Amino acid sequence: MSILLNKDFTFIVQGITGREAVNLTRECLDYGSKVVGGVTPGRKGREVHGVSVFDTVAQAIENHGSPIDGSVVTVPPAFTKDAVFEAIENGIGLIVVVTERIPRLDVAQMVELADERGARIVGPNCLGLIAPGVCKMGGIGGPAKDAAKAYSPGSVGVMSRSGGMTTEISSTLTAAGLGVSTAVSIGGDAIIGSTYAELMPLFEADDQTQAIVIYTEPGGRMEAELVDWRSEAGSELPIVAFMAGKFMDDEEMKGMSFGHAGTIVEGAEDSATQKIARLQDAGIPVVERIDEIPGAVKVKLAVGAPAGARGM
Amino acid sequence: MRFYEYESRRIVEQAGIPVTEYGFAKTGTEAREAAGRIGGPTVIKSQVLTGGRMKAGGVKFADTPEEAEAHAEQILKLEIGGHMPVGVLVDPKAEVEHEYYAAVLWDGRAKRPMMLFSDMGGIDIEQVAEDHPDHVGRGHLSNLHPIPDFRAKEVIAAAGGLTGRELTRATPILASLARLQRDYDMTLAEINPLARLSDGSFVALDAHMEMEDEAVGRHQRVLTEIGVELDQPRELYEPSDFERNVKAIDDADHRGVIQGKDHGFVGDLGLVIGAGGGSLTLTDAVRSQGGKPANYAEIGGNPSVAKSKGLAMEVLKKDGVEKIAVMMSIVSNTRVDIVARGVIAACLEMGRDPAETIAVFRIPGAWEEEGAKILGKYGVEFRDRGTSMWEAAGEAVEKVQGGAGS
Repeated sequence: MSILLNKDFTFIVQGITGREAVNLTRECLDYGSKVVGGVTPGRKGREVHGVSVFDTVAQAIENHGSPIDGSVVTVPPAFTKDAVFEAIENGIGLIVVVTERIPRLDVAQMVELADERGARIVGPNCLGLIAPGVCKMGGIGGPAKDAAKAYSPGSVGVMSRSGGMTTEISSTLTAAGLGVSTAVSIGGDAIIGSTYAELMPLFEADDQTQAIVIYTEPGGRMEAELVDWRSEAGSELPIVAFMAGKFMDDEEMKGMSFGHAGTIVEGAEDSATQKIARLQDAGIPVVERIDEIPGAVKVKLAVGAPAGARGM
Repeated sequence: MRFYEYESRRIVEQAGIPVTEYGFAKTGTEAREAAGRIGGPTVIKSQVLTGGRMKAGGVKFADTPEEAEAHAEQILKLEIGGHMPVGVLVDPKAEVEHEYYAAVLWDGRAKRPMMLFSDMGGIDIEQVAEDHPDHVGRGHLSNLHPIPDFRAKEVIAAAGGLTGRELTRATPILASLARLQRDYDMTLAEINPLARLSDGSFVALDAHMEMEDEAVGRHQRVLTEIGVELDQPRELYEPSDFERNVKAIDDADHRGVIQGKDHGFVGDLGLVIGAGGGSLTLTDAVRSQGGKPANYAEIGGNPSVAKSKGLAMEVLKKDGVEKIAVMMSIVSNTRVDIVARGVIAACLEMGRDPAETIAVFRIPGAWEEEGAKILGKYGVEFRDRGTSMWEAAGEAVEKVQGGAGS
């Protein structure tokens, strides 16, 4: 199995008539995903690659005749919050927000409403997620043939703050014969709908996933949250991490992105160096090179498995 | 977006938070008038977006309006940390009885704003939090529901057990600050110190506001009303020619995005790299293998040939740049052939041999066969995903350093 997605997973695309959305719709359909409708206010009656366009999410659901599982939202930043609210209030359970440059308050409001209604948001500022051979939801991996090349079905769950690096890492895992169970581009913003720690229970419960790879960057406290979750949950699912942006720790780069009173909320600001130390202290190896990831995963699997049990 | 102290003062004032009488002055004469209006001894403060004003001589005390004028004239000419002041703030020398700290900022982990209050204000709040945790009250706020006063009251009551008039007078101030943080999309709304004067009243003596850049657009009207000049320089440092030029090229064409930074970079290897995460990874990979990047760059969202060319040319124009490394993580949106065309065109226009100048070209993904063909014509070898990002970076470092010695 995979997490969040399955063979029968249905979704709509909000903002479907936009240039990027048209491409994304095509890519997902080619991959075999079930795109069952699109929404762009004022464009009801059109079609995008054979997908019917509606004015409202409710119309799309009515037309489909049964509940729709997900929505990919790719509308301009000023309209994103309303589009996500519309999806949530119409009972959609998984919302991928592609849009970047959304003010943080809007994101926090979307996430809070999703929490109140039992929905999940992935992103914003992300490329979506893919369960190789099962479903591609969003622009992740690009055109279907490129996505198939980089993502083969396998045993490793991938979570990444960078959309492009999700594919780079997955391609490396594919080339090494490990493959990917589900890869999630979680988004690079300060507040996102689904953090590492929030997705971990799903991977933990997934039979197919035997190890996790995370890609991270300086800023935020998501690694600390992951480490805390791991010890609280007693999870032994192996994790391998990669940290980009170590150069930002240099003295001459200071003050270019981080700092201020925000540090007080959760303790000392997490630089790359501090994050690496924190992860490694928790038994999560942090590799220096992307091409070292498959090897590190194999070591973890060999250590964790009772002799011969995992057939690696 | 960071605000000057005088702007922050106007913002809290507009939100109904009491402040002392003050004046913003751009000339000595204006400072004298402000000091005369305020009456009594005043403080003249340089308006720069940098710390260390006091040490640099950017804060001076005046007993008379004439003295205020003289101080203002000096301060207006004084550069602090590479910044010239945009004016001076004239404040009364307040009779402060006690100093508190109040702030509302984002807690990314909780995904909610957090209120902070301390009865030990005026000093570094992080130090207070560490040394006297019982003197710092905290409380999260909903993003969706109205912000009630009692939430602020709870936070203040938790800060060293504040009660009585202190509690009742500070409560509406912290609640207003919380509403201001939400209403104006502030990433930080801080009053430090919040002062209790000898008459028992509370005033915001110094406020520090930062608005999220993504939200500035929807607050233009209010910012104009407050008198915020949006064209004033607000960067931490002056952009370099390289940074300015790359931005101009990016702004000229809406297709795709290019970014370039060279603050803090000195080196011989120009980086034409992307996208966000790929650029961070590749910059590290170059440096970890002993390379000296001349810049940082991000290519993304499928820029035009002209844009890719523009970025490559700006990198090549930088002093000391011998070669460029053109590298990205696997692309699905940006087209390899378009970047290839751009960087080849840049070399040719600069009279440089692409085969010599491009130390490595490693961009796997969309339209890679076409890209490889174009590069092949000019003798540039194409590297696909079979070459890792680390290996590509290493190859570039080796070429630029080997070339320098021969």
